[in-house]
Amino acid sequence: MLGSASTLIVAFERPAIDWHAVAPELTLLGFGALLTLVDIVWLERGRAVVSALASFGLLASMVPVVTLAWDGADRSTFWGAYVVDDYALVMKAVFLLAGYVVVLLSTNYIAEGDYWENEYYQMLLSAVLGMVVMASARDLVTIFVALELLSIPAYLMATWRKRDLRSNEAGLKYYLMGVFASAVLLYGMSLLYGATGSTMLTDIDAAVSGGGAPLAVVTLGVIFVVVGFGFKVSAFPFHTWAPDTYEGAPTPVTAFLSVASKAAGFVALLSLVFVGFWGRADVYQPLMWALAAASMFGGNLMALRQTNLVRLLAYSGVAQAGYMLAPLAVAGESLATADDALSSVVTYLAIYAAMNLGAFAVIIAVARRTASAEIDTYKGLFRYSPGLAVAMTIFLMALAGIPPLGGWFAKFEIVLALLSPGTAWGVALGVIVAVNSVIALYYYARIASHMWVEAPPESADFDTTTPIKPPTSVSAALVLTGAATLAFGILPQWVGHFTDVSLVIALTG
Amino acid sequence: MTDFLNDWGLTLVTFVPLIGALVMMAVPAAEEKMLKQLALLSSLVAMVIGGLLMLDFDYGNAGALQYVVDARWIEVINSRYILGLDGISLPLMALTLVVVPLCVVYSWDHIPEPGNPKAFFILILILETGMVGTFVAQDLILFFVFFEVVLLPMFFMIAVWGGENRRYASIKFFLFTLFGSALMLLSFLALFFLSTDPATGESLRTFDMRALTDVAGAGILGATQVWIFAGMFIGFGVKVPMFPFHTWLPDAHTEAPTVGSVILAAVLLKLGTYGFVRIAVPMLPEGAEAWAPWIGLLAVIGIIYGALGCLAQTDMKRLIAFSSVAHMGFVMLGIATLTDFGINAAIFGMVAHGIITGMLFFLAGSVKERYHTLEIRRLGGMLVQAPRMGWILGFCSMASLGLPGLAGFWGEFPAILSAYSPAEGLPVETFRTYMVVAAVGTVLAAGYLLWLLQRTAMGAPRDEFADSDDIVDVTRLEWIAWAPLLVGIILFGVAPGLIFDVTDPAVVGLLASGG
Repeated sequence: MLGSASTLIVAFERPAIDWHAVAPELTLLGFGALLTLVDIVWLERGRAVVSALASFGLLASMVPVVTLAWDGADRSTFWGAYVVDDYALVMKAVFLLAGYVVVLLSTNYIAEGDYWENEYYQMLLSAVLGMVVMASARDLVTIFVALELLSIPAYLMATWRKRDLRSNEAGLKYYLMGVFASAVLLYGMSLLYGATGSTMLTDIDAAVSGGGAPLAVVTLGVIFVVVGFGFKVSAFPFHTWAPDTYEGAPTPVTAFLSVASKAAGFVALLSLVFVGFWGRADVYQPLMWALAAASMFGGNLMALRQTNLVRLLAYSGVAQAGYMLAPLAVAGESLATADDALSSVVTYLAIYAAMNLGAFAVIIAVARRTASAEIDTYKGLFRYSPGLAVAMTIFLMALAGIPPLGGWFAKFEIVLALLSPGTAWGVALGVIVAVNSVIALYYYARIASHMWVEAPPESADFDTTTPIKPPTSVSAALVLTGAATLAFGILPQWVGHFTDVSLVIALTG
Repeated sequence: MTDFLNDWGLTLVTFVPLIGALVMMAVPAAEEKMLKQLALLSSLVAMVIGGLLMLDFDYGNAGALQYVVDARWIEVINSRYILGLDGISLPLMALTLVVVPLCVVYSWDHIPEPGNPKAFFILILILETGMVGTFVAQDLILFFVFFEVVLLPMFFMIAVWGGENRRYASIKFFLFTLFGSALMLLSFLALFFLSTDPATGESLRTFDMRALTDVAGAGILGATQVWIFAGMFIGFGVKVPMFPFHTWLPDAHTEAPTVGSVILAAVLLKLGTYGFVRIAVPMLPEGAEAWAPWIGLLAVIGIIYGALGCLAQTDMKRLIAFSSVAHMGFVMLGIATLTDFGINAAIFGMVAHGIITGMLFFLAGSVKERYHTLEIRRLGGMLVQAPRMGWILGFCSMASLGLPGLAGFWGEFPAILSAYSPAEGLPVETFRTYMVVAAVGTVLAAGYLLWLLQRTAMGAPRDEFADSDDIVDVTRLEWIAWAPLLVGIILFGVAPGLIFDVTDPAVVGLLASGG
């Protein structure tokens, strides 16, 4: 008794910190603090600069990410709980740039809506910080801290339209489901820790692959952890919060949740699967297979019946989560397959971020005129605002995976990874992906034909004669995401070069 | 000059229309005249470059790929930017390059409702890039991308400028073809993973169509080939369209604007048959052998079904659409024989059908413009009211039913003949039965075309149109747009060797590589 207690009392020893490796996080943290100071010192006068400051902070944090990538060496700090490798850097870049686009989308929305501004950007930076940490976390505790760091601000942001009942509902629902998921996740983590005696993912992998850990406990632990993140990535059947939250939350926040928050969930899942329990393919592969197939069919079939564009994108996001989960269902077949699977999901996340943010940018721009996201209000958009209609078509068709727009390469990589081991289960899931792309096309094409074919609604209480002029920041977001969507589709090498990453090799090699 | 063509010719001919489209996007929509000129200019420049390529083409060596470009593209998946032109691609590329400028000329003064020439011409030019690119791409992924590029513009062309039922027709077209191409892509990936180098037994992991044709499915089990071929069969078969995947075609054609129909009939359908000739058959010889009798069966069903469908139609445009199903049946029958004779006939059939049916759709568009209806019952007496147009309709009907001396004959007759002796390993009796059925199909074709001619062109004009001022004879723009096609119908009818001599070495080469 005494002996075991004494081993617990270890003198704290400060780990050697690789300051360069944590520079992006520190930069973000610094700008977050700066925003708080601005609020305290300048009070209301600070409103004029906060959005610019936040976007500058996000871009400034890109600088150390670039220098780290330039440096090229894999770094590990905090006893291996914090790893900076190519994979982490790519994801950090995705989070920071997505965060930047969200600031662009938020600027006018938050300022004109008379909402708390300074706090909004602080919350946003804090959530992005959580995501950036998540990309490097290789330890259960770090993963959990990162998850909470990104979730709690997100709960608040979802209720930002505080005088609106739907926004309150959105935030509350998101909060309750999120906390529930966290509890499930923590329970799974505790099982894993109990079975393996470590919170480090590498140690967990060694224990579960070596067969030293009790099978039932590990299995249960893996299932609970995956289910916990299933909520975050809104995989079917854990997606129920998504449509209501997406609809009620302020639209820029919805864009943020549907892209960055989902990606953060995936990043954690990827680290867990590829580093933590890669050796236990027998447990996670069937689980992922079922989750992926259910998410694709569930999301797409429910999306068919939606009349609100934001809700539709919520369900399409469920299906997209299914596509991204699919490669994990074959990830354990071999090292080569694991690499294919990982790079395909990372590629998908990067391209998905561009096209989905773009779609939300159009929704925000159009809603400034129509004050609605009902699909019917998009009728005849091409007649009076052709630029936005073309942009929306590009983003929707990219989401559907029509070449030469970005989405095709993302889906292609997924199918490539699924077919590469040549197993019947992999091929079957590949066919499911193919079938689902066709189902999805129906509702994307339906929106496109609303915009292009129909005449503008006659009884509309908004102007359908003059073009919609989006504010500068939204236009900038449209240009950025549009250019990325096209570039990824025509020259996929650009994204493929960066997302050709590996986790398992780094571990075993 | 030759060096320049070697390095840049194919890239330019593919992307000049796209560059034209990009330039047009920068021009304000109010500058209609300038937009039209830009569209015409870029399609003409593409045609001139294509013409130079054809002049410079080494016809003695038509079986080999020429002007090959091989550059880096997507390294992570081992896909490269490979373009090349051989005797199979050349006639189809030429067809595309000729048809598109004619469509631009034809639309000069009649942009269909609801107007917006800027968007209309931009879509046509994007279509051209996709079509030409498909015919010259020599990498499966590049082929796939070009193959899909045509989807969106055609979808919008039908959806925006189409007829009453355009929403239904456009989405149906889109869903059918995407379903096919999704399965086709799975088959491409299977080829990527399973093809092995026969010399070393190592996996090739390449999308290079030249390499995949060379190994011709080596290392892939016969049973697996059958499955992979099935995926491509659906992908290409939907596009052709083969019975029973054809149902999107009559709807799409009926609703599409005139030039949309023309491009659809003249070029888009050929993407499917070209895929069979270029990819499915040579790369999966065993799969092709197993499927050939079934392809043949569906082809002759298509011939008879299409012909019967034609007899039942009351709408002129829909009738021509069904005749496409029948004609593409002949093309597919030629391909199903897996002989060089049959495939040569098929390629000739593709070009001939492209010219003739494209021309028929132009005519249907002009009839619609004059009579404001395409209901055959209400038409009549065209030879009296607009004699030149009536004669052109008669001429094209004759060409379409396969009158010797006109282009249609050389697509149909050799295809039927080739079924007499299919490739080794195929059931001869079955194919001879197909031959007889297909021959019956030609009789039906004569029936429905002559009946169409009789009801629309002959007789006295109906009362309701007797005094109509809208009914004028062929206009100058129409002459410009139609003359090249009419000349082509006669030229290739009199001198079929112009095409056969080009395609034959390439076809023989493709078939031999696997054997």
